[in-house]
Amino acid sequence: MKLSLSSSPHQRVRRDTGQVMRIVIYAMIPGMLAQTFFFGWGMLIQAVIAVFSAVLFEGVILYLRKRPIERTLTDYSAALTGLLIAISIPPTLPWWMTVIGVFFAIGVAKQVYGGLGFNIFNPAMIAYVVLLISFPAAMSLWLPATTQAGITPSFLDSVSLIFTGFTTSGYDVTQLRTIADGVTMATPLDTLKTDLTQGLTYSESLSKATFNGSFFDAAGAGWGWVSLAYLLGGLALVKTRVISWHIPGSMIVSVFICAAVLHLANGDVYASPLFHLLNGAVIVGAFFIATDPVSASTTPRGRIIFGAAIGFWIVIIRVFGGYPDAVAFAVIIMNMAVPLIDYYTRPRVYGKNVTSKRGAK
Amino acid sequence: MTDFRDLSLQGLWKNNPALVQLLGLCPLLAVTSTFINGLGLGLATMLVLIGSNVTVSLVRNIVRNEIRIPVFVLIIASFVTIVQLLMNAYTYELYLALGIFIPLIVTNCAIIGRAEAFASKNKPLASAYDGAMMGLGFTAVLVILGGLREVLGAGTLLAGADRLFGDAAKNWTVVLFETDSPFLLAILPPGAFLAMGLLIALKNMIDAKLAARETAPKEKAERARVTAET
Repeated sequence: MKLSLSSSPHQRVRRDTGQVMRIVIYAMIPGMLAQTFFFGWGMLIQAVIAVFSAVLFEGVILYLRKRPIERTLTDYSAALTGLLIAISIPPTLPWWMTVIGVFFAIGVAKQVYGGLGFNIFNPAMIAYVVLLISFPAAMSLWLPATTQAGITPSFLDSVSLIFTGFTTSGYDVTQLRTIADGVTMATPLDTLKTDLTQGLTYSESLSKATFNGSFFDAAGAGWGWVSLAYLLGGLALVKTRVISWHIPGSMIVSVFICAAVLHLANGDVYASPLFHLLNGAVIVGAFFIATDPVSASTTPRGRIIFGAAIGFWIVIIRVFGGYPDAVAFAVIIMNMAVPLIDYYTRPRVYGKNVTSKRGAK
Repeated sequence: MTDFRDLSLQGLWKNNPALVQLLGLCPLLAVTSTFINGLGLGLATMLVLIGSNVTVSLVRNIVRNEIRIPVFVLIIASFVTIVQLLMNAYTYELYLALGIFIPLIVTNCAIIGRAEAFASKNKPLASAYDGAMMGLGFTAVLVILGGLREVLGAGTLLAGADRLFGDAAKNWTVVLFETDSPFLLAILPPGAFLAMGLLIALKNMIDAKLAARETAPKEKAERARVTAET
């Protein structure tokens, strides 16, 4: 019999980084279609701006660092980061804010730390937090879903909004947010937060226009469908084993449990678990953001802890914090804890620390 | 004999309190949101540093070794009080803007560090010069950081110059660009950390360039092969 000898590793890598990143991008398509349908062309225009500037920044910085440019750019990680930024920011954000965010994602959060594989923090979420802290007003200007809006910006209007701040007929974002009967629309999370400070109860807040015409009472118009579309893409990622189920699973369960405990304690003030899951970025965060292979925990048990803690922080910050949504903050907080989690959840090395029947250590 | 040229180089560059020793970061990061705030705190720190250095140097042979730290702190606190009262009297608006960070100069490690490491071992003149150079190095970093953050955050430079230089300076403000949505990150504390990190990186880069230039003209050494292929 002839034995072939070769040095390790013996396991063939089935997919390289570029393939993985491309599959993640494909899996985002259903969610992006839903987002475009409900919130207009803006997101696609942002995607073009963000992906273009992400690749540009990555290329320039790689050139300055004298690193291989073509090989790194074709791993699609910069493109994916740009795309994740584009789907999380308001679709009508001025273009230069998007570019600043992308610069912080690629330049500061990724390349300063040494490039892909060395970044401690999720680059897209760093971009989001930088933008949220720097431009809080612009970052909370979401247009109402197209199914309810009085004026829906066309493609040209969206381009004009992003680059000049006004539509071709001279409306700005604040005017577009006002629906036909003069009520200003906000995101579901924003609406609830504002209503609670004005002494309304949770169920009273749900009767607001933001929540009309959705399949669940708790889901904001459009938002619930967008979340479900991303869920579809996310499940496909789990199915194709691009991501493991641990992080999204534990994160969603954790959000559900934390929200349920609060909701059962006082249903007038604390929103239902479904409200928390379907509004904002929990679903897209669970499948596409928290699962970033570089900045997330790497051990199976660690991933469960990582996801559960993110879910916990999302509910805590949403309910008790100053900002309406918290996925970015929660992910960044837990990114910092990843080395600790990985240290304490290292899988047992085969043959080490065996508690055998003989009682040997 | 003290080498004054070396003292200047140490304070301004090689051993800069902010960029190399990383001392006094608390006021450094907290008040450098504008050029003028940085300059104001830098000058105040420099005055305290010179005064305390001279005094510590004068009493260095009288104070017993065991109680030197409390004595140093008392001396520094006295000078900080003097500077605080002076600022309260002559630059009241700047005094309000800097707030708690003026009395907190007492806790600036750069000052007690120089008292302990230099002034308690050297003559008054050299100590005064060392205080001035260290203070100048610290002020330079505060001013650069303040200017950087002010330009990025608000698009202006020298805003509020009248707080430090009187009414004549009211129209010194340079407006580089006007914006409805200022880049708040540059003004908030995280921006200070980022800018500080970039400044330190810049200094290290310049140092590395200088070091490379000094060692560059050497010829390539011939290397003998010490491992053979088996």
